[in-house]
Amino acid sequence: MGSNYSTLSKIPNVDDLMQETGFTPAHIVRLYDRFNALDKDKKGHLSPQDFESIKELAMNPIGDRIIGAFFTPGQEVVDFHSFVRILAHFRPVDKNRPRDPNTPEPVNSRTSKLRFAFQLYDQDKDGKISRAELLQVLRSMMEMQVTEEQLESIADRTIQEADLDGDSTISFDEFRKSLEKVNIDHKMSSRFLR
Amino acid sequence: MTCPVLTRVIGGIRGCIRCRWSFWLLLFIFLFPLILGETSAQGDHNLQTGTDGTSINSNHTKRSFPVLHLRYKYVQLPFEISLWILLASLMKLGFHLLPGLSSVVPESCLLIVVGLLVGGLIKVGGDKPPMLDSELFFLCLLPPIILDAGYFLPIRPFTENIGTILMFAVVGTLWNVFFIGGMLYGLAQLDASRLGGLDLLACLIFSSIVSAVDPVAVLAVFEEIKINELLHVLVFGESLLNDAVTVVLYHLFEEYVGMTSVSALDVFLAVICFLVVSLGGVLVGTTYGILAALTSRFTATLRVIEPLFVFVYSYMAYLSAEVFNLSGIMSLIACGVVMRPYVEANISHKSFITIKYFLKMWSSVSETLIFIFLGVSTVVGPHSWNLTFVTISVVLCLISRVLGVIGLTYIINKFRVVKLTATDQFILAFGGLRGAIAFSLGYLLKQEHFPMKNMFLTSIIVIIFFTVFVQGITIRPLVDLLAVKRKQESKQSINEEIHTQVMGNLLAGIDSVCGCYGHHHWKYKLCRFNKRYVKRCLIVEERSREPQLLAFYNKMELRQAIEMMETGGETKQLPAVPSTESLQSPASEQTGVPQISRELEAEIRRIVRGNLKKTGQKLYPYRRPTLVGNPFEDDFQDQLREKQRAKVGRRMSAFLTDQDFPSRTIARISVVPQAHSSRPTIPATQKD
Repeated sequence: MGSNYSTLSKIPNVDDLMQETGFTPAHIVRLYDRFNALDKDKKGHLSPQDFESIKELAMNPIGDRIIGAFFTPGQEVVDFHSFVRILAHFRPVDKNRPRDPNTPEPVNSRTSKLRFAFQLYDQDKDGKISRAELLQVLRSMMEMQVTEEQLESIADRTIQEADLDGDSTISFDEFRKSLEKVNIDHKMSSRFLR
Repeated sequence: MTCPVLTRVIGGIRGCIRCRWSFWLLLFIFLFPLILGETSAQGDHNLQTGTDGTSINSNHTKRSFPVLHLRYKYVQLPFEISLWILLASLMKLGFHLLPGLSSVVPESCLLIVVGLLVGGLIKVGGDKPPMLDSELFFLCLLPPIILDAGYFLPIRPFTENIGTILMFAVVGTLWNVFFIGGMLYGLAQLDASRLGGLDLLACLIFSSIVSAVDPVAVLAVFEEIKINELLHVLVFGESLLNDAVTVVLYHLFEEYVGMTSVSALDVFLAVICFLVVSLGGVLVGTTYGILAALTSRFTATLRVIEPLFVFVYSYMAYLSAEVFNLSGIMSLIACGVVMRPYVEANISHKSFITIKYFLKMWSSVSETLIFIFLGVSTVVGPHSWNLTFVTISVVLCLISRVLGVIGLTYIINKFRVVKLTATDQFILAFGGLRGAIAFSLGYLLKQEHFPMKNMFLTSIIVIIFFTVFVQGITIRPLVDLLAVKRKQESKQSINEEIHTQVMGNLLAGIDSVCGCYGHHHWKYKLCRFNKRYVKRCLIVEERSREPQLLAFYNKMELRQAIEMMETGGETKQLPAVPSTESLQSPASEQTGVPQISRELEAEIRRIVRGNLKKTGQKLYPYRRPTLVGNPFEDDFQDQLREKQRAKVGRRMSAFLTDQDFPSRTIARISVVPQAHSSRPTIPATQKD
């Protein structure tokens, strides 16, 4: 355990980080090692090229969106804190968390997971998924195997099913409502980030 | 000239038929031949042997009226089988006609009671009722049920929980076997109990028969109470996969009869045996599944026998595994699971419906027959009632199940993302139902090796009755009491499908960022492998590249269109119109739900019917279909493509004909078909 502590001491503000995200020290150390492994030029932060060097991510249909989600708009690099904060979204939900209305919503709650997923669709960050944005996602998912008409009809159908206020876009609440039967805790949690 | 008496008689008959008790009359009409048939069969047999001896020398007396005499022996076997099946089905129907009964008592209990009654009646009639023959059970009655289960197995929850299921199936069953066997042996050693004479091996073989959770019983009870998917898949998956353990242990203990000591080598070989049995079974099933998928690729020209291939290949998989003493159940499940995605992409919609309904029908009849025969066999015996043994075995079964579930859950919860709560554990423990498999295995025991076979059989029957009756009846109120989450009857939603896929990809991406290879990663890799290599071989050329999402979407549209046609357009929500700009009447805007106005619906239906009439087909009823060369369809498909390319028209997803090619976009027809000579006037809804 000695090596853990020595690694932890290298990371600034590690206690705040653990408090905020709920990761254990062991996890933080593991993520730090991974961060350094990805950071090939040892710059101390990650750029999009570092992410693109991950082979599986490059093959993923929504890989570029995932990479984009790590970078807040305007920033070109990701430091360790932001890295950990983004990954904290995928921690399994703590069922025993006391429902305290005063404390802010933890990063890995169901709502914040959904919000993360929503932001994958909503690239222009206007709070709504428009038809064009949905078409883009569908196009990348189906990788050129369908015709344009089929894509459009699927997109239309999707919006029509989810859209409750009739503005032909999907807002975050409508998004959440359409997924109320899905077990988000299960589907959006990675067991390695427990 | 109407005869008043005749009219009155006919009126009376009609009135009778309307009442339900005419149904019961029908039932009893068929019950008597069954009982008579059994007794007359004996009589007939005697007659035959009598005449055989004397007919050689006597002259053949000429019969002037050679028809219309009783020749029962000629048709005896198929006649009796049909009569039993008919009785079983009528009984099943009867339970649903009786109000209130089926909501309290599960069907399996009622069927066992019926079996008891029928067996009793036959016995009173002076004859030996038929026993649940193990060969009949394992070769004819069990496969349809397992195939039905395997073919329609919900893959996603099953694979997500596969670790838990395997733990329960393998470790749980092993725990049960050794706990029950060991405790029985220990108790038999005590002089106080009247068990004496039981050696360790007999105890172990008894416990190996009685430990396994039975898929038939679980299906029968759990189908009716509709608990949530997770629990259902856990109990059900366990009951399917523990077959391998049961097979290995049963055969091993049978072989060990007479041996006094078991060495470490034997234990090691037993483990190897288990791996061979289970993996071998899966391998056999997968091979047959791939063969079936490959065959279905070429059946485009002969759609009528597509269902046959599915059934025969699966049955062959089961039999081939049984030939080598491998696990037939696992083979059947593997075959169904592997076969399904490819076969469904290849076969026509009608064949799909046929397969589904035949499987459901056969499995339903099988299940009914199994429970009735279980009741009849109870009456037959032979029984050797030993109160101590029976009570102890029942109690031990319960205790070992509860302890096993609690212990295993404690270990499993350390690895699960979604933990199992105490309520879940209770339902799991409660779902450990034993059934006909245990009985058949017990029946197969050889009397000379196991002199206490009758005692075992009696005990097995009591355990089965206890689990089916007591646990089956009480599980329903308990589920309500404990407020267990129920199965959600959710309509399929394309939103859920899309977002679930996106999330799957997202998690695979996150896992790769973290550098770990979780099950998302492997699922993703498997999908890619499937798409690139397997689908290309096994699916018909045009459809092999169709992404899953599109197939899902088309299926959904198809289903909705059929629904619309069947209910006459009076569906509650009609998201049949994809584009929200068009076809919105002012009235519906107030409700906020887009609907087609009534006149438009009627107009559309009229056009659709008119269109079909032109080519001499009817929408309903379903005539003898020509599955090859549907002229209307060919013409129609061309039209459809025209429309799409020209981008004319308002799109509507009304289903017209063809169910043979669901992936071709049936969903769109334009409201102005060119097959007509006259252009119908539709309220103009121009799409900009």
